[in-house]
Amino acid sequence: MAGYINYEYYLRQDYRNLQWCPGCGDGAILQAFLRAVHELEISKDDVAVVSGIGCSGRISGYIDFNTMHTTHGRPVAFATGIKLAAPDKYVVVFGGDGDQTAIGGNHFIHACRRNIDLTIIVINNNVYGMTGGQYSPTTPNGFKTQTTPYGNYDNQFDIVKLATGAGATYVARETVLKPVILTKYIKKALQHKGCSVVEVISNCHINLGRRNKMKSPHALLDWIKEHTVPMSKAKKMSEEELVGKVVTGEFVEIDKPEFTEQYYKLCESLKGE
Amino acid sequence: MSKRKGVYTGNELIALAAIDAGCRFYAGYPITPSSEIMEVMSKEMPKVGGGFIQMEDEIASMAAAIGAAWTGVKSMTASSGPGISLKSENLGLACITETPVVIVNIMRGGPSTGFPTAPSQSDVMQAKWGTHGDHPVIALVPGNAKEMYYETVRAFNLAEKFRTPVFILGDETLGHMNTMVELPDPSELEIVEREIYQPKEGEKYKPFDMSKGDVPPMGAFFRGYRFHLTGLNHDEYGYPTIDKEMIRKQQERMMKKVENHADEIVKNELFMMDDAEYIIFAYGSTGAASKLAAKRLREKGKKVGVFRPITIWPFPEKQLDEVIATGKYKGIMVAEANLGQIIFEVERVNKGRLPLKDLLKVDGTPVSPTDIVTRFEEVF
Ligand SMILES: Cc1ncc(C[n+]2csc(CCOP(=O)(O)OP(=O)(O)O)c2C)c(N)n1
Ligand code: SF4
Repeated sequence: MAGYINYEYYLRQDYRNLQWCPGCGDGAILQAFLRAVHELEISKDDVAVVSGIGCSGRISGYIDFNTMHTTHGRPVAFATGIKLAAPDKYVVVFGGDGDQTAIGGNHFIHACRRNIDLTIIVINNNVYGMTGGQYSPTTPNGFKTQTTPYGNYDNQFDIVKLATGAGATYVARETVLKPVILTKYIKKALQHKGCSVVEVISNCHINLGRRNKMKSPHALLDWIKEHTVPMSKAKKMSEEELVGKVVTGEFVEIDKPEFTEQYYKLCESLKGE
Repeated sequence: MSKRKGVYTGNELIALAAIDAGCRFYAGYPITPSSEIMEVMSKEMPKVGGGFIQMEDEIASMAAAIGAAWTGVKSMTASSGPGISLKSENLGLACITETPVVIVNIMRGGPSTGFPTAPSQSDVMQAKWGTHGDHPVIALVPGNAKEMYYETVRAFNLAEKFRTPVFILGDETLGHMNTMVELPDPSELEIVEREIYQPKEGEKYKPFDMSKGDVPPMGAFFRGYRFHLTGLNHDEYGYPTIDKEMIRKQQERMMKKVENHADEIVKNELFMMDDAEYIIFAYGSTGAASKLAAKRLREKGKKVGVFRPITIWPFPEKQLDEVIATGKYKGIMVAEANLGQIIFEVERVNKGRLPLKDLLKVDGTPVSPTDIVTRFEEVF
């Protein structure tokens, strides 16, 4: 395992226009991703990183891979084209909770269903960060946002259940507070043959925390800590104890035929026709 | 290739021509009257080892085709009105990232679900302005079975040459009509191959390099150098920018790469125009009907010729202007299967010089030679 990591090697030297607020979870998640690529000793040339629109979508611009910053909600669809045309490459998607479960929900579930070999990292900060903090399909009940000024009364998606139900073959969830475990999950996702979904619970202290009486960035991280439990611990907890808690860990890891492999097997069988 | 002579529908010809032109990626979503293109692709593409995928919708099909294009392959998607409306979002991304991709629209009646099984020419303006923002567009309007094949080949060539999306606008009549056609051996075709830029040692590839002429060289992913693409206004490296000059220069170059080369893209058929007194201006299947109408009108003693654009965008301004400027003609009639779209372009060029009449039809039936003859006799 490669130990020391020179992040500069993975960051673009000629583009540093960081758009993120200081302390935004996106940076820590990017760091975990770079570490995963580094530890797996994957060549930068063999990785495409496709992102949607949102603060999280900015990730692709900062890193020195084959990168595409696409349209809101659509990165999985672009990535599907890349993967099918270049099946031996690593194709990674970054998108926010809005990007992946609202506008891009259809692409997300269909990639899972197809079990196409993508690594989809959903940065779930429970809000639309970039547009100034409107509620998203994962905003918890009661939270105030720019479009739920009286508190959110709408229901939420559980991204892990969504991915699992749709057929993803590796599904994990971790918070931005646990970068080591997160790195491990991203590594497993990259190595897994099939559609992998890693949900990362992140902090938008600017557009979610501050509006909900969490004045310091730290307060929102504390809130995340209080409201999540690792699976090992959750197993020992009662149903009542688990109310309002989000379980983290690995939820799915199965083998199932992968889309591009199936397709190119078909091509092989038709050769010469 | 065997069995190259046979009866084919226009849609089949588009699919076969695409493969012959080197298309190696197709993403689509079924819709009448274009589905047969995807059906042929699902059968033929795996035989040549290219990628085929039926996506979850047209937004995704357009996205997948663009993604694939940046791995270095020629790619295509096809649909009809409602699907083209969905593709329009990512069509914009193809324009701003300067991605060669071919988009087929087998037009049907609209708006909305309209008349799925009926021919129409009501998406010609959508092809030009369907996605938001200033952007270049090339759109070809084949008028018969043979052209469905050859114009598809040309569409791929133009996409490569100008690094931009190219539309093929057919209609239900052309898409479904059966015609006996002999297809050429693909080796006889003039094909523009993708030249994937390979930067020199230590050179950083600039996907939007303004020093390399109007059309910057096309790179590809996974070739040992890395670069960024974005739908945001960007600099030469593809990085987002808010530099006013850079945005202006890139936007203008993007438009001009098509405008400045209109002569290489525009293609018209001038049918019996030399001694004509009247012009019928028509495209697509209506163009073909106009030729028959012109012959019939001549039998009745009216000297009629047809100006039939085969490229509709960029509009053949110069060519039409030259024709009108000869002063030889007494009138012009535009025939189209919509409620008046291209006629405004014709008038923009005509500038009142010739009396301008129309034949506009939207009842779900094709514009027939009889329709044209009747209307012509009414107005001239
Ligand atoms: C088609 C379209 N609709 C709306 C927008 C505006 N928009 C930009 S980012 C965004 C939401 C971002 O939220 P999320 O995906 O959760 O990402 P985050 O910014 O929180 O990382 C929206 C609605 C857009 N760019 N495109
Ligand atoms: S608005 Fe929120 S998600 Fe966006 S950069 Fe700031 S903290 Fe991060």
